[in-house]
Amino acid sequence: MSAQLAAYSTSTGEAFQFWVLGTIAVIGALCTVFMKKAVHSALCLAGTMIILAVFYLANGAYFLGIVQIVVYTGAIMMLFLFVVMLVGVTAADSLKETIKGQRWLALLCGLGFAVLLFAGIGNASLSEFNGLAQANANGNVEGLAALLFTKYVFAFEITGALLITAAVGAMVLTHRERTERAKTQRELAEERVRKGTHLPPLPAPGVYARHNAVDIAGLLPDGTPSELTVSKTLRERGQVRDVSTEAINDLKALEQRAEERLQRTNSGEAAK
Amino acid sequence: MENLIALLIAAPLLGAAVLLCGGRRLDAVGHWIGTLLASLSFVFGAVLFFDLLGKDATDRTLTQHLFSWIPVEGFQADIAFRLDQLSMTFVLLITGVGSLIHLYSVGYMEHDERRRRFFGYLNLFLAAMLLLVLADNYLLLYVGWEGVGLASYLLIGFWQHKPSAATAAKKAFLVNRVGDMGLSIAIMIMFTTFGTFAFGPLLGSEETPGVAGDASEGTLTAIGLMLLLAACGKSAQVPLQSWLGDAMEGPTPVSALIHAATMVTAGVYLIVRSGAIFDAAPDAQLVVTIVGAVTLLFGAIVGCAKDDIKKALAGSTMSQIGYMILAAGLGPIGYAFAIMHLVTHGFFKAGLFLGAGSVMHGMNDEVDMRKYGGLRKYMPITFITFGLGYLAIIGFPGLSGFFSKDKIIEAAFAKGGTEGWILGGCALLGAAITAYYMTRVMLMTFFGEERWRNRETASPAEPNVEPAAEHQGEHAEPHPHESPSSMTIPMIVLAFGSVFAGALFSIGDRFVNWLEPITGFEHGHSPLSAAAVTSSTVAVMVIGVAVAYVQYGRRPVPAVAPRGSLLTRAARRDLLQDDFNHVVLVRGGEHLTRSLVYVDHTLVDGVVNGTAASVGGLSGRLRRLQNGYARSYAVSMFGGAALLVAATLLMRAV
Amino acid sequence: MNPVNYLYLAALLFTIGATGVLIRRNAIVVFMCIELMLNACNLSLVAFSRMHGNLDGQIIAFFTMVVAAAEVVVGLAIIVSLFRSRHSASVDDASLMKL
Repeated sequence: MSAQLAAYSTSTGEAFQFWVLGTIAVIGALCTVFMKKAVHSALCLAGTMIILAVFYLANGAYFLGIVQIVVYTGAIMMLFLFVVMLVGVTAADSLKETIKGQRWLALLCGLGFAVLLFAGIGNASLSEFNGLAQANANGNVEGLAALLFTKYVFAFEITGALLITAAVGAMVLTHRERTERAKTQRELAEERVRKGTHLPPLPAPGVYARHNAVDIAGLLPDGTPSELTVSKTLRERGQVRDVSTEAINDLKALEQRAEERLQRTNSGEAAK
Repeated sequence: MENLIALLIAAPLLGAAVLLCGGRRLDAVGHWIGTLLASLSFVFGAVLFFDLLGKDATDRTLTQHLFSWIPVEGFQADIAFRLDQLSMTFVLLITGVGSLIHLYSVGYMEHDERRRRFFGYLNLFLAAMLLLVLADNYLLLYVGWEGVGLASYLLIGFWQHKPSAATAAKKAFLVNRVGDMGLSIAIMIMFTTFGTFAFGPLLGSEETPGVAGDASEGTLTAIGLMLLLAACGKSAQVPLQSWLGDAMEGPTPVSALIHAATMVTAGVYLIVRSGAIFDAAPDAQLVVTIVGAVTLLFGAIVGCAKDDIKKALAGSTMSQIGYMILAAGLGPIGYAFAIMHLVTHGFFKAGLFLGAGSVMHGMNDEVDMRKYGGLRKYMPITFITFGLGYLAIIGFPGLSGFFSKDKIIEAAFAKGGTEGWILGGCALLGAAITAYYMTRVMLMTFFGEERWRNRETASPAEPNVEPAAEHQGEHAEPHPHESPSSMTIPMIVLAFGSVFAGALFSIGDRFVNWLEPITGFEHGHSPLSAAAVTSSTVAVMVIGVAVAYVQYGRRPVPAVAPRGSLLTRAARRDLLQDDFNHVVLVRGGEHLTRSLVYVDHTLVDGVVNGTAASVGGLSGRLRRLQNGYARSYAVSMFGGAALLVAATLLMRAV
Repeated sequence: MNPVNYLYLAALLFTIGATGVLIRRNAIVVFMCIELMLNACNLSLVAFSRMHGNLDGQIIAFFTMVVAAAEVVVGLAIIVSLFRSRHSASVDDASLMKL
């Protein structure tokens, strides 16, 4: 697809590209909304954004198309994934609605809004592309730069200020100043004795050799898992794997096999 | 001379102030101060009377403007007095009988430690009553009207340690309030209709007719009925009669002065004074006559059944005032006779009450006539004066009651038509019953066996000895004796009045001529001749006396009242007046208030609380929208944005 | 092809994003949906730019991106601190405005 062509008219190729990629973009958007796991949503969104970047390019916005890929798909989405990892990558959200009527209201509003937008666009007389050939004559980046540093220079400066503010704000929000001295081992131990809660060390997770991963709770004598054995972070994320029934079934199978073998030897001895 | 009018009121008012504020220092002389000032008032009254006599008949109205009371633009009320023939008559009656009763009370209240206060109240009553009859406008009359109500309340409840007296005082006050409300409404209607309530412009005089006749007949009827309501309350007429019998709980001089001679006749004064209004409202007049006729029979029947001497006399008072009201309702043919009967009644009824008080004084305050008997030997003066009063009230020819009552009966017949026959018939029947019950009182008190003696010596004719009678027999046997001279002198004077007043007034129509410039006078055209009326009156009187003699004179009087007929039992209970009031007014009032409370609770509170509850409920619903979930708010925002877009599109499309 | 189709696509994506904001509880996903909406806007701006034949639309889309970047930085910081204090990334858990 040549740049000049894209600049002022639409071709059959562009139409084909629009319909194929547009469908994928819509599916990606829907997946973003309806995927249970946040990490899947993020990946779907990244896909949609890449398609959008292609559309930017098709519409003659070369600079934006690249920026879209670099900034959005590259930086912002990575940031999202980073946060998703922090919160718990395997955690699946329940899609069951808890607020009565919220989903129906949301769908109704969304549908109504879409109808309104479509009606508005349909009413507007926008059938012609003027094309960007003129504007992009000296190159798209140069054109944008010319506008940015002349007409929109104040807005540009202000966005700079905004970015700095945002960076500072993010640091303020996430930074925690330690206001007091960290407690020593001795002090922590004394505190625990004074409170009288759980004096000995916490039990270790994964009492069986086969399952000594940190996310598997150790079993109590009666076979129930003990949450205490798993680290607090995993507990909060809800990432504790429960293998107690599995372990008990394994144990049963083991005993049965051992018994069978014993019987076999017994019967073998008897046959002799 | 006009200046004496204010002094007339000022003297007893000063007495009341001195006696009531003076404290115990005046205990020793207080009664004489009160009597002196009452007499002084009488002297002023007499001076004014002779002054009036010396003037022309048409020129006998004196007015005194003391000061402007409520000088508001468009509402002019003055403290002004008006002395004419009508008020003069009342002034003489009030101050004369009042002074005599003051004198009587000196003896009667001798042993009461609160005698000074009693005289203070009596003086207060005199002042209020004089204010009532001397006022030159209805508003000032109203002040006097309320003043006598207050004095009556204080004096009925004078022995306030007796619960019955306290209750009776309250009852009298409450019933009177109903009447007072009528008077105040009448004054209000007068003011809105005529713009004034002064007697001068309202009722007019000989030369200039008043404005009273100018209003529509409906308005005048309303005023008349309201005035009648006031008169009913003050004069104990049906349907506001219930208080008078209980008012006998007060000391006997009070019963004689206030509840027989003067205050209860204020209603008659009011109607006669407002004659110009009643003359223009025939319907109101008719109601007045009906009330009078009903009351005269009512009171007479009640009087027949009572064994309490004072209550029997109270029934009689009610009945006699019924005569006056009947006469006052007849219009100009009856006004003068109403006032004449009022004056003669003032004499003989006061005399009768004083006699009753004298009997009680000698009988350890016993009031049950069935425990009297044969007293004529022990208290001859009381017997003679009481007897003269008795002859006067039953209309014995030649005595004062004969003249005045006979005239009223004649005037009732002269009303004409069926009404005339009915009213005249009622009046005649009343005369017969009057003769009956008064003879009964007379016979039971002064003749027959001495039933007050203890059981051993008393009549053995009563085999059914009741425990109550036994109990009473334990009291010391009374020693009937004649009262001291301070009590007998007023009785003698009043007896003279009872005997001669009627003749003095009637011969030559003196009294009618005296009052005519104020009340007007017409000769009624009776369907019966005067002689026929007189003879029939005398005849029914003789029949009444004869029946009573057969019943009480020939046979011994049982010491305990027999069960009696249904009518007798009803009459003993005052013809069920209190039961009627209880059922209709008390119960009815309770039901009314309860239903009003119900309406208040359900409707008024319902609306108010309902509004509050619906607002509360609505806000409860609205509150649920505020569930704190950011997503819910986001939906609202999104919906709002959609609406805005829709509105924008619609505006563009239009 | 009618160039208005880009606008229809943008509208569709925007609506999907808005609905997602309303129905998802995970704050991170909500944020992603917001990004989706912003991108839909950018698409329409770019399409407008081409229709009108000048670059102002692209400039505005550029600013949108910058602002979106700033927003993401701050927003994610907020989510992280929220998670730290509440151990949850659900927007419904932060319903402190409830009575």
